[in-house]
This record gives sequence, structure tokens and C-alpha cells, in this order.
Amino acid sequence: MTLPPFQQLLDAHGSDVFRFLVATVGRGDADDCYQETWISALRAYPRLRDDSNLRGWILTVAHRKALDQLRAASRRAEPIGDALDRAAIGGVEAPFAASDGLPEVWASVRSLPSKQRTAIALRFLTGSSHAEIAAVMHTSEEAARRNVHEGLKRLRREYRNDSR
Amino acid sequence: MTAGRTLEQELKAAVDAVGGGAPEIAQTATADGLVDVAYAVHDSPVGSLLLAATPRGLVRVAYLDGPGDAQVLEELARRVSPRVLRAPRRLDEDRRQLEQYFAGKRQVFEVPIDWRLCAGFGRRVLSATARIPFGSLSTYKQVATEAGSPRGSRAAGNALGANPMPIVVPCHRVVHSSGGLGGYTGGLHRKRVLLGVEGHEVTAVV
Repeated sequence: MTLPPFQQLLDAHGSDVFRFLVATVGRGDADDCYQETWISALRAYPRLRDDSNLRGWILTVAHRKALDQLRAASRRAEPIGDALDRAAIGGVEAPFAASDGLPEVWASVRSLPSKQRTAIALRFLTGSSHAEIAAVMHTSEEAARRNVHEGLKRLRREYRNDSR
Repeated sequence: MTAGRTLEQELKAAVDAVGGGAPEIAQTATADGLVDVAYAVHDSPVGSLLLAATPRGLVRVAYLDGPGDAQVLEELARRVSPRVLRAPRRLDEDRRQLEQYFAGKRQVFEVPIDWRLCAGFGRRVLSATARIPFGSLSTYKQVATEAGSPRGSRAAGNALGANPMPIVVPCHRVVHSSGGLGGYTGGLHRKRVLLGVEGHEVTAVV
């Protein structure tokens, strides 16, 4: 197995990773998360044993960095007890959902629950299939499909005031 | 505002407005010691050059109208390390000395060299070549002899043709003992330009 030059990954997937992070952690933290994503990928790269899905791999790293970032932000934003309660339930919510200069529809995506937000960002910003979303989020394909579906439903209701 | 478009279409239509202007990572990666091969593309009087360096030194100079950068970078990933990153600042000094050379203001390159892409006889031929002074010429037979194989002119020619660091390791200074220009990895037109930079009148030599 010969891994391609790392720059090739950066050129091919850099903008997808950046958009994904802007949509999930917000513009303010996207730069830092982006750096951390690529630096940690670069650190691990020579030891990678499977080069069949490098795009999925880098999006998975980005997803983990986004979760770390949101956890850290929610710890800063609320008393520790609350954060622990939330962590126990397993959800990591955005601490705020400022519009952040994002197009309105994507600002609304930021206010979705974390799993729906991530699934929608992967689906519509990076063009990932349900199977790819499942791999990045470590869920079943069915759960990935449901997260996209529920996210869209909620956006229709809350953003478009559309009850269909 | 959203009439006639599905929510899915609206999400997709706004993609470009979400991101753009992703930050550079080369500087952080270099500071963290994670760039095993740094490269830059440099425009010179003999065309676009890809310059690549490891922490040990310059490892590759490639004419880009030959193999193309993708192929050069893949070879570096395979033979040195897949941690290959565009990090032009790492090549600043090499580029500065090349510019001085082409401006007639430098005769000797003083940059560290990483010889790892050269081995065996080829390495000995290229080491002998690296010792040919600016403005001088040598022959295939002579560098073969210095590399320990007086009858290996042809093999020396092949080693020079595979020189991973043309210009800096001056294989253009090697010509036929008969007076012919011989060959050149980047094409004879480049050999003429380089010899011209070093004060040779080469149109007559061919």
C-alpha cells in the first residue's frame, strides 16, 4: 500500500472539512478546529493501514475535533453539574446558535441537536452518502438516515414554518 | 425567498457561502516537526521547478513539464515519506540561491543536500559531478572514472539522466569527450541555457 502525498488530501478535502466545521462549531472556532484536524491527521498519517477511504477518515477526524470543541465550549458555558448531566445523556449541544454570518438556512442548522446537525452538514456540505455519514458518526446506516430525516423535518418546522 | 425550492435545494445552494478561506496548516505542521517533505514550485529561466526538501536538506529538483508535479510528489511519498506538504517558506533559501545563480551572482550552491534518493554507483557519479566547478566542463568518461568505473560512461550517462537534483548537482557540466553536448534530463535546450549562464558559448558546440 502506498499512501498518496498528504497535500493531495488537503487539496481534495480541505474545503469540505472547513465547511463542515463552520457548520458544526461555528466560524469563530472553525479555524482552530481545522488546524487541529489536519495536524492530528498528519501526525497519524504514516501509520494508517487502510487507504481505501481517506475522505471518510479525515471527516471522522474533523467530527471528533468538532465534538471536543463543543464539549469544551459547553463546559465553559454552564455549571459542571449540568454539563455532566448532558454528557450522561450523550448529547452535545451547541452552547449558542448565533447566526455567525452564515446563510440563514445554515444558521438554523446550527441550532439543531448535535447528531442532526452533524448528519445534515455531512449530507449537504460534503455530499456524503448515508453509509459515509454512518461511518463518520459510528452509527448504523439506518440511524444516519434518521438523523438526516429528523433534522430536515425540524428545519422545515422551525425555519420554514412548514408543517408538511 | 424560498419559493419554489425545496429545503434540500436551499441547503445545497448555500454551500459556498458557508466556508471558504480555510487557513493554512503548513506553518503549524512545520513547527510541530510533522513535515517530512516540504515542497514549493519555483519559476526560473528554465521553466517551473518543483523543489523539495527534508529536514536534512534539499532532496529533489524537478522540471515540471517532464513528469508533472503529481508524479514527482507520489514518488517522494513512496520513497521518503507520505507526509508531503506544500510549505514554500521552507524552500526560501534554496529559491534565493537559485535566483542568484540565474542572475549571475552565485557560482556555488550552499544549501544542505539530502542524498537519500541516490545510491550506489549513481550516487558516486553524482558526487563526482557535484565537484565540477562553475564554468568548467567534464566528460561522461571522466565522472565514470571518478566514480570508480573507467569503462562505465554509458552507466554514468544513465545516472546523470536520473539526477534527482538537476542544476544544484550540475549534471549539465558533463558533456561528450568528442565535444558533443550529450543528453540532459530536462532537454538539451535547458542544458544550453545553463551552460550559457556559466559563460559557455554553446550554440557552436552542438
